[in-house]
Formats: sequence, C-alpha cells, structure tokens
Amino acid sequence: MATLNSPLPKRSQAAALGARAVTESVFGKASVQLKVKNLAFYGILLTALTIATLSIAAILIWSIVEGHPRLDLNLLVNNPSSISPETAGYRPAILGSTYLIAGVILFIVPIGVASAVYMELFANRAKWYNRFIELNIQNLAGVPSIVFGILGLAFIVRGPLSLGFVVAAGSLTVALLVLPTVILASREAIRAVPSSILEGSLALGATLWQSVRRQVLSAAFPGILTGVILAVARAIGEAAPLLLVGAVTFVTFDPKYLEGGYSALPVMIYNYAGRPQEEFHTLAAAGILVMLLLLMSINSIAIWLRARSEQNW
Amino acid sequence: MSSSMVTARSGDANFPSRLRAESPRYGEKIIKALLATAAAISVVTTVSIVISLLGPSISFFQDPAVTLREFFTGTQWAPSLANPSFGVLPIVVGTLMVVSFALIVAIPLGILLSIYLSEYAPKRVRKVVKPLLEVLEGLPTVAIGLFTFFWLMPTIVKLTPFLPWAGPFSIGVAGIAVGLVIIPLVSSVSDDAMRSVPRGLREGAYALGASKFEVSLKVVLPAAISGIIAAIVLGASRAVGETMVVMLVAGAGNPNLSFDPTKGIQTMTAFIGGRATGDIATGTLDYNTIFAVGSLLFFMTLAMNILAIKLVKRYREVYD
Amino acid sequence: MKKNLIATLAVISASAILLSACGSSDSASEDTSAATTSEETTQETTAELSGSVRIDGSSTVAPYAEIAAELFMQENPGVQVSVATSGTGGGFEKFCNGETDGSNASRLIKDEEAAICAENGITNDNIQVANDGISVVVNIDNPIECLSIEQLNAIWTDGAALQTWGEVPGLEDSEVKDVPLKLYGPGSDSGTFGYFTEEVNGDDGLITTNFVDIGEDDNALIVGVEGELGAMGYVGWTYYNESRDQIKALQIDGGNGCVAPELENVASGDYSPLGRGLYVYASDSSLQREEVAAFFRFFLENQAEIASLAGGIPLTDAQLAENLAKLDGLLS
Repeated sequence: MATLNSPLPKRSQAAALGARAVTESVFGKASVQLKVKNLAFYGILLTALTIATLSIAAILIWSIVEGHPRLDLNLLVNNPSSISPETAGYRPAILGSTYLIAGVILFIVPIGVASAVYMELFANRAKWYNRFIELNIQNLAGVPSIVFGILGLAFIVRGPLSLGFVVAAGSLTVALLVLPTVILASREAIRAVPSSILEGSLALGATLWQSVRRQVLSAAFPGILTGVILAVARAIGEAAPLLLVGAVTFVTFDPKYLEGGYSALPVMIYNYAGRPQEEFHTLAAAGILVMLLLLMSINSIAIWLRARSEQNW
Repeated sequence: MSSSMVTARSGDANFPSRLRAESPRYGEKIIKALLATAAAISVVTTVSIVISLLGPSISFFQDPAVTLREFFTGTQWAPSLANPSFGVLPIVVGTLMVVSFALIVAIPLGILLSIYLSEYAPKRVRKVVKPLLEVLEGLPTVAIGLFTFFWLMPTIVKLTPFLPWAGPFSIGVAGIAVGLVIIPLVSSVSDDAMRSVPRGLREGAYALGASKFEVSLKVVLPAAISGIIAAIVLGASRAVGETMVVMLVAGAGNPNLSFDPTKGIQTMTAFIGGRATGDIATGTLDYNTIFAVGSLLFFMTLAMNILAIKLVKRYREVYD
Repeated sequence: MKKNLIATLAVISASAILLSACGSSDSASEDTSAATTSEETTQETTAELSGSVRIDGSSTVAPYAEIAAELFMQENPGVQVSVATSGTGGGFEKFCNGETDGSNASRLIKDEEAAICAENGITNDNIQVANDGISVVVNIDNPIECLSIEQLNAIWTDGAALQTWGEVPGLEDSEVKDVPLKLYGPGSDSGTFGYFTEEVNGDDGLITTNFVDIGEDDNALIVGVEGELGAMGYVGWTYYNESRDQIKALQIDGGNGCVAPELENVASGDYSPLGRGLYVYASDSSLQREEVAAFFRFFLENQAEIASLAGGIPLTDAQLAENLAKLDGLLS
C-alpha cells in the first residue's frame, strides 16, 4: 500500500513506509488472508459507525413522525392547556428550562473551571485532602440523578438554604448534578495544554495565576467549552431531580428566579406521555422535538465557538 | 474526558521553585484559597448527600420489621404490601441486568467506534463523527425512553417472535436503550486513551509490516487498556444511575426475584423514582425504603469508582 | 475568552426575551374575551382578584385541577394557579408543611399524615371534586361479562396463584377455562392500588405477588391487556373511557347484581364497591386568602363542566351540596 491513511503526520508516515518497504523486501509481503482480515475488520468498524448513526436518526425520525401534527407556532408560544391539548403549547416550560439552564451555566462555569484549575495546577497532590477531593468528584459523576433530587429537597428547597420551590433551587440542584462533568472535561483540557506554555510564562516572571489566566485558560477554552456543552445538554434533559424539587406540570405564568412556580420541558413531556388521551401523546413527541431543537442550537453555537478557537500543538 | 481522569499523575503539581516569582504576592494566596473553596464544594455536596440519605436510612433499619439480613439476602421486595418483605435482591438484580445489557451493547460499539476515530478516520470524517457522538450523548433520556417504549421495543418483539415476550415492558430492551445512552461516554474516553498512546509504538509496528488491523488490535488496544477499562467502568457507573429510561421501559416487574430479560423488572433507580412521586405517605417505613435503597446505590457507585481507580493504577503503562 | 462566553449567554437570554415578547403573559391565549363576561356569582368581590394558588398531589386528580385552574384564570387573570404532581403522599407532605394551598388526593388522608398536619397546626378537610370508578379491564375478545367481588378476591388476594381462567370459582366450565390468566396492575405507590386492594382483598396492600407491575404507567397496562386474550387489569375510569376501542371493562357484582362502570352508575353509587371519590384537601389558613377561597368555590360550582372536559365523572347533586357546605364550614 502506498500510504498508511492514518492520523500520523506525513513525515513519520514516510519514515514508516520506508522501513516497511525494507521489512517487506526481507520477509515478504502480507498474505491475502491478512488483507481479507483487514477488510473485514474495516467493515465491522463501519457497521459500528452505521449502527450509532442509525440510532440517532431513528430517534429523530420517530420524534418527527409522532410529533409533526403539532409542529406549529402555537407549540412555542401558547400556554399549556388541559382543555384543548390541540392548541396547547410549551411556552412556560421553554422559558423555565431556559431560566434553569442560565442559572446552571452561571454556577458551573466559575465553580467548575476554578475546581479544575485548583486540582490540576495549584493543589499538592501528595496531600490527602486533595486526593480526597479528586475521588469525590469522580464519585459524584456516577451518583444517580434522583439522589440529587433528594439532596435538593432536603438542603436547597428546605433546610439550610430554604429557597422554596423556585427556579433558583432547581438550577442549583441540577448544577450540582452536572458539575462533575464540567470539572472533568476542564481538567482534560488543561492537561492537554503543553506544560511548556505554562513554564515559559513562569520563566518570564509571571505569577502562577497570571500564567494560568492568560495562557492556560485561553488555550484550554475549547475543551472547557465542550465540557460546558455536555453539561448543559444533560441539564436540559433531566426530569427526575426536578420532579422532586418542585417543578410543576401546569403553570401558565412566566417563571421568576426566587418566587413562584415553574416548569421544565422534560417534566412536562414525561407527564404528558402518561396521560390517557392520544392528543397528549402527540404533544409529548412534539415536546421532544422542541427539546432537540434547543439542544441542536446550543451544540451548534458550541461547535462554532470551538472551531474559532481551536489550536493544534 | 480521558483515561487520565481516573489516574493520579506521577509526581506532584508543584512547580520547581526556581520558576516561581520571587515575592509571594498575597493576591496569589487569596486566589489559591478561592480556588480551593470552589473545589471543596464537591466535598460539601457529597457530605450533604450522605447526610440526607443516612438519617432516614438509619431509622429504616431500626424499625423492628426490618432486619439487615433480610434486606441484603431476601429475595422478595414488596414493602407496600400488607405483609411486607424487604429483601432488596430483586431490584439489585434488576439494576445489574440493565448494566449487563448496556455493557453488551456499549463495549463493542464504543470500542469499535473509538478505534475507528483514532486509527482509521480521516480528519474530515472525525470532524463530523465527533459532534455526532456529542449529539447522542446529549439526547434527553426521556426522549430515548419514550422512543424505546413506543418503537424500539415493539420492533424487537416483532423481529424475535420465538422469545417469550409478555407485556409492554422488558428489562433486556431497557438495558439495550441504556447501552445507547452510554456509547458516547465509553467511546470518547477510550478514544482519548488511544490517542495518548505514543506515535512511536504505531510507527514501529507499521515499519515492521503490520497492517492497520493488527496495529489497532495488537498494539494500540493493549497499550490503552487501562483507559479502556476506565471507560467501561464509567459507562457501567452511569448505567447503574440511569433513571428515566428504566422507569419508562423496564416497568416495575414483580416482587419476586427474576432473571428473565424479556419481562419487566424494577431497578433500584426506577424504584426510587416511582416511590418519590407516588402516593405513599411520607415518613412511613414504606417511604423510608427510598433512602435505604438510595444509600445502597450511592455506595455501589462509590465502590465501582474506587475499583476503577485501582484497576487503572495496576494496568497503566507509563510512557512519559 | 470572556467575550465568547458573554456572547453565548447573550444568545440564550436574547432567545428567552424573544419568546416572552411573542407570547401572551399570564392568561390562556385562546379565549381572552371570556374575561369580560365574568360570572357574578363565582367571585367574592367585584374587584380584580390577585395572588397565587399552589396545588400539588395526585396525578389522577391533577387533570381536574388543571382544567379548573385554566377556567378560573380565564375569569381571574390576576391570579396565578399552578398544579404539580408529586403524588398523593408527596402532596400531603408539602400540604402539611404549609407549602401548598391545596392537595390533590385520590385517597383520604392517612392517620400518620393527619398527625403531621395537626402538629403544624394545619386544620384541613377534604373537598370531593369528582367521582371515579376503578374499572376492571380485560381483552376485548374475552367473552366473560361479569365478575363478583368474591371472584375478584379469589384472583387477586395475597397467596393467590391462579394459572388459567378455569381456576376462577364459577368459571370452571366457561369458554375460557384453558386460557392462561395474566394479571396487570399498578404499583404499590399508586392510590388506585391502595383502593383496589382494600375493597377487593380487605386490606391496603394485601395482594398476590403474581401480577405484572406497570408502575405508574397506566397506558402500559392498556397496551398489555390489549395484547393478550387472558389478560386482566384495573385502571381509573378515564383510562378505560379513553381506550374503549382497545379493551373492555367487566361488570362488577358487589352484591346487588352486575353493574357496568358507566358514568351514571358510578355517579349514582351503584357501581360499588369500586367507586371512589377524588378529593382536593383545603386548609383553613390558606382559605383565608380570598383568591384561594374563590378558586375552591369556582372548582365546586363548575365541577360538572370540569369533569366533562377532563373525561371524568361529575358529582351528584347531593355530593355537591355536601361539599359546598364543607367549604363554607372551613371558611367560617
């Protein structure tokens, strides 16, 4: 084969090909059997890729087929209605989810990035309490979402914070749920920045914080952004903890952060899917489409921002 | 996310003192304290979770109707019946079955995808496939649950009439759906692990005449095995905690112990989810089962995470 | 970097503002003209009511409360009513904590819950807002028409393990004697479960372990029963009523002959013992606020229309009078 068609850089490819030619001239070329195995394996890989792609496509197509009868502007601007589900809309849920996500982002970006910076660059990993923090964050990443709901009800809605059943409480609960995602992704991003960048800055006399802020964080931005996007995606779709901290299923007024009731898209969809009337099922599928739309737009913003600031070392 | 997130980097993070600034600016100390506080929030979270779970759990176990022995070894879980049984094994088995089916789906697909992404895919394809996987990762679980219940499950039932399907629920299919949910996680962590294998190993193998198939499976895969194991354990951990999909697809089964994947069986998370939004009076023994099962879940995932860290430390190949 | 984060936040907040500018703000957008033709009798004062009413509780009663809220807000746009579904038990917990103004319940309050209310000084009473008839449903091709409570008990009680319809007492020679019996039922967190077990088996929670538990997903029960000839399950009346082309309901003999779960029979009380009431609990402290009192009064006075819109069963005149009296009692 003339090229290796692999991610190795061109010069290394050339070197490897040259050495390969030498080896082949001494030991003979690869057998037909091997070539068949190669092709078969490539086929298996492509099958895996196809399965993954088809699953996403299937979910999207199913949502469109089930929900398209209700794809009209009413879906976005109308209030929910149990009397006339044919014209009911998701407006308070869309606003509720938006307010929730804004609160989540406001919490996880500073806290998440700060934690990652501390753990990667400032903490002395030999100390037991820093290892404990590390184990902690990894463990939190796997705690079921419903347990965060229990936590939120006990300590955020009631208990020490006593915020009541308001958007801020929901935001905080979901933020704690997705915080580990941001921390872990930010750590990766910071780790991927070559240490020479940081060391060079320090050698030139900058303090650690100055170097981190101006050099490392700017360089790690795309990776941090990925983490935030994944966290936001998870946060939008979580219904279980919100059900426990007070997201209601019927509200017709706009949410406020510190007072009043609120709803969220996944909560309403889950509720509608369980009703007997067929119109509610269609409404649920349409709601899924709205959520997917929201998700896609956030993802596209992220991809655009990432493409603008990506760097190769 | 990458394999290194479960490893501790060798050496410590303090930089050689000759690279530090001469005068310690007190702003730096304050900043370090602020950053440490942010990191400590995760500790506060864990402590709060433990407190909110343990209190009612203790009162649950103190009740004379419950014995620790029955809880951990009993095979009938029916806390609301007039003659209640508190053996937790049926729902633990439910959770384990979901995890098994999820891993059966996610391990091959996830690893194959990561091999494709790191060894085979040209840059343009990678630029498309990676965001695609991020979309799959971001799909709301309620959407995947409804899709599985209304389309995937009936389709599978139609395609396999020889299996003893009964009723609209199946824990096997729920497991498959959860597998779809964790594929992106497994694949991206494995992908990062494979990409951190040094080029030199691959180049050497190519130079010696190995084909891409041999390099991927015999050089890169073993080299990245610690990260791949970490990926699998992380995926399993996420599968244990998945609530919405199992609530919609796995149903609530039967109080008796069962291993049948074609039927509905309740998982620990579905139990908590249903209970917490159901009609049981709060404060009763029946209600406190939520906290007992919640504590069990918490410690299960903790044990899995510790296992992941230990496994990675044992098998990690150090290159730098 | 900061610029990009700000840009992201700006986009999100811009779209939120855009959406709120497009839609209406507090009232239902289909029928704004109703506000001007408000009923005189349903309001305490002639001035505009304002404030908020928070209802939580059973998801069975929630559709009624939501429709009541919608109609009420059409006439009183200044009041914000929200309805949540934490379940009957969860609803009572919040109600007895003083966190909600009304609690939807598909069963009466239990002693433990009432004790907590008493501890916190919440004097309350239940207001019945609708009737419900738990329907025993079977496959649409099942020829059996009627079962007695004793037969149901034999099938469902603790320890029962009937394999075929022929093992049901009285059905040994029926056409379905060899058809396998498959039971479906809601989970133990459901109020329907509690009521059914109490009426059919004698005690809340006394039930065989031999049934497919559908959790809270009543739609799944319909699907299950529809798919198997020998299947049997029980659901609230609205689910049966919505699925008449998928499954059929058995007539129940409670000692006075076979009675079908039809609207008239449930409302009149003939469909017994599986007829039950659906309630909203009110507390005297919340009722001090005039918007809450107005809402409850509106709910009762319009319960017939609400029940019909919800696909449920309204109160009889006697029940309506009794509950209006209860409401007055709480208000004074």
